[in-house]
Amino acid sequence: MEQHVFAPWLNPDEKPLIQFKGVTKRFGDFTAIDNQTLDIYAKEFFALLGPSGCGKTTMMRILAGFEQPTEGQILIGGKDMRAIPPNERPVNMMFQSYALFPHLTVWENIAFGLKREGIPKDQLNARVEEMLRLTRLAKFAKRKPHQISGGQRQRVALARSLAKAPKLLLLDEPLGALDKKLRQETQFELMDIQEKTGTTFVIVTHDQEEAMTVASRVAVMDEGRIIQVATPADIYEAPSSVYVADFIGDVNIIQGTALKAGDGYDIAWAEGRAPLHSKREGDGFSPTNGASVALAIRPEKVSISAEQPSGVTNAVKGRIIDIAYLGNLSTYHVELEGGQMIKAQTANTRRLSRRSYTWEDEVWVSWTDTAAVLLEG
Amino acid sequence: MRRMSWFNATSLTLGFVFLYLPMLILVIFSFNASKLVTIWAGFSTKWYGELMRNEAFLDAAWVTAKVAVASSTLATVLGTMAALVLVRAGRFPGRTLFSGMIYAPLVMPEVITGLSLLLLFIGIGLDRGVLTIVLAHTTFSMCYVSVVVSSRLVTFDDSLEEAALDLGCSRLEAFLLVTLPIIAPAVISGWLLAFTLSLDDLVIASFTAGPSATTLPIKVFSAVRLGVSPEINALSTIMITIVAVGVITASLVSKRAAVKRRNEEQAAGRA
Repeated sequence: MEQHVFAPWLNPDEKPLIQFKGVTKRFGDFTAIDNQTLDIYAKEFFALLGPSGCGKTTMMRILAGFEQPTEGQILIGGKDMRAIPPNERPVNMMFQSYALFPHLTVWENIAFGLKREGIPKDQLNARVEEMLRLTRLAKFAKRKPHQISGGQRQRVALARSLAKAPKLLLLDEPLGALDKKLRQETQFELMDIQEKTGTTFVIVTHDQEEAMTVASRVAVMDEGRIIQVATPADIYEAPSSVYVADFIGDVNIIQGTALKAGDGYDIAWAEGRAPLHSKREGDGFSPTNGASVALAIRPEKVSISAEQPSGVTNAVKGRIIDIAYLGNLSTYHVELEGGQMIKAQTANTRRLSRRSYTWEDEVWVSWTDTAAVLLEG
Repeated sequence: MRRMSWFNATSLTLGFVFLYLPMLILVIFSFNASKLVTIWAGFSTKWYGELMRNEAFLDAAWVTAKVAVASSTLATVLGTMAALVLVRAGRFPGRTLFSGMIYAPLVMPEVITGLSLLLLFIGIGLDRGVLTIVLAHTTFSMCYVSVVVSSRLVTFDDSLEEAALDLGCSRLEAFLLVTLPIIAPAVISGWLLAFTLSLDDLVIASFTAGPSATTLPIKVFSAVRLGVSPEINALSTIMITIVAVGVITASLVSKRAAVKRRNEEQAAGRA
């Protein structure tokens, strides 16, 4: 059975909605964005992810029109945006601080953009009511922003930015001010609203979990450069660099030198120890013999056992140094002979009192030849 | 409530006496039946009646009111514009010079401001009258407005104006529809400050006023030089009453608004 998968970036005939073409932005001596090219397609939920100061917010402000690129070109729907001021772009933005107008009611806040368009009153009323329903705010229409809770303010900000039915909605750390539980609920609400309205969303966040949850594609950024653009699953399972592997989730990195062996590589990682074998390389990476490499393995792909496992490519002996109990999971910190630390994660399907291993136990850690990714070291 | 210690009670009494005894004496003697200011001869309100028939005082009061309204409005517009440039425009050539020159009149002796304005008006051949006093008052009170408004603008969240632009406003619309209503309290207090500065200014007004227009402070000052009359006391009492009523009303209104807002915020937090 063929299933329709949403992946316009794989279709060469698809026209991107947003195009960054060699965009550079400098503030004085500081380069916020360094010659970046990026395509974003209609109906995508695209996440710009990175630590603070990596240029993700600048990318968004360039799209909104609050900043002009120093070099390069921005196209939205094929149209050059250089001379177009923010108020004439088919783009709306939801601000990190929400930027709700404190002197206007919830209703007036949502109606603000529509009034500027000068649409007839009955259409305006209908649209505002629709937005209030979509964001479940009908009860609060007459309140001022200071009379509602943080979560409600967040929804007003979303309703206000969606009211004009923009082609593109920009969300700047939209959930940063909410507590964890509310944030998770709201993430699903955002995805739901994105699907219902069919609007293209570009979200800026430093929270990798949030980016992974909501986005169709994620761009990982660092120091003004986009390091990798891929689906959340690919970002996690097939990172293109140690930086991405380390930024997204937890990872074990083993440094070594590569040697072509059979259908993969042998990695010499410690004096006098059997090499590790891996069949997967990072995107576009083919190490020459003797090249220094980094082997990245996710902790949940590392098994832990008391006896030497049979039929597994990579198995190394070590000693449990630390156990982090997270309730549903436990992470074992295992020191291999030679000092390398490896984290192994197991689901706590049994109760704690019946745990098989404890501190100082001698154990074997093992993983298959496809569990790890070979990256430039 | 905790009982006050003798030290606090003494400080409080001294403070009140020091600040308000002179005014209290003035108010009491405005109801004196005698023409002699320092001798009490029974209660009377006749000086208030006299005052109402004194054309010169009424004229001066009218001029003062006109000057205060006009100059404080003009000063508010100019001061707000200056504050916007200083806070928003970032670094531009001459910024330090401009900000220094905005604040200089705050510390400049009034005599110098008055004299230089007088020379300017003579130089450009402007006849001294209501217009010159308005211009002079605008000159020095716009600095105060600019200080008040820029301290508010510093804490203004710029993303509010960006949100307005994003939702389709032009720069001017964004300012008029979003920024101005939000900073309105600061703009209004700037206006009130400019208004009171203009009301009680004597030095600059006496340099820039001409025979055709005299403000109340000048009138009072010149009348007192011929001896304090109970009429002046009556006038002063009226002014004290107006100011007191204004201040008390303003503080009651703002306090009630603050309490209401706090309650609403707490209610929103619980919801």
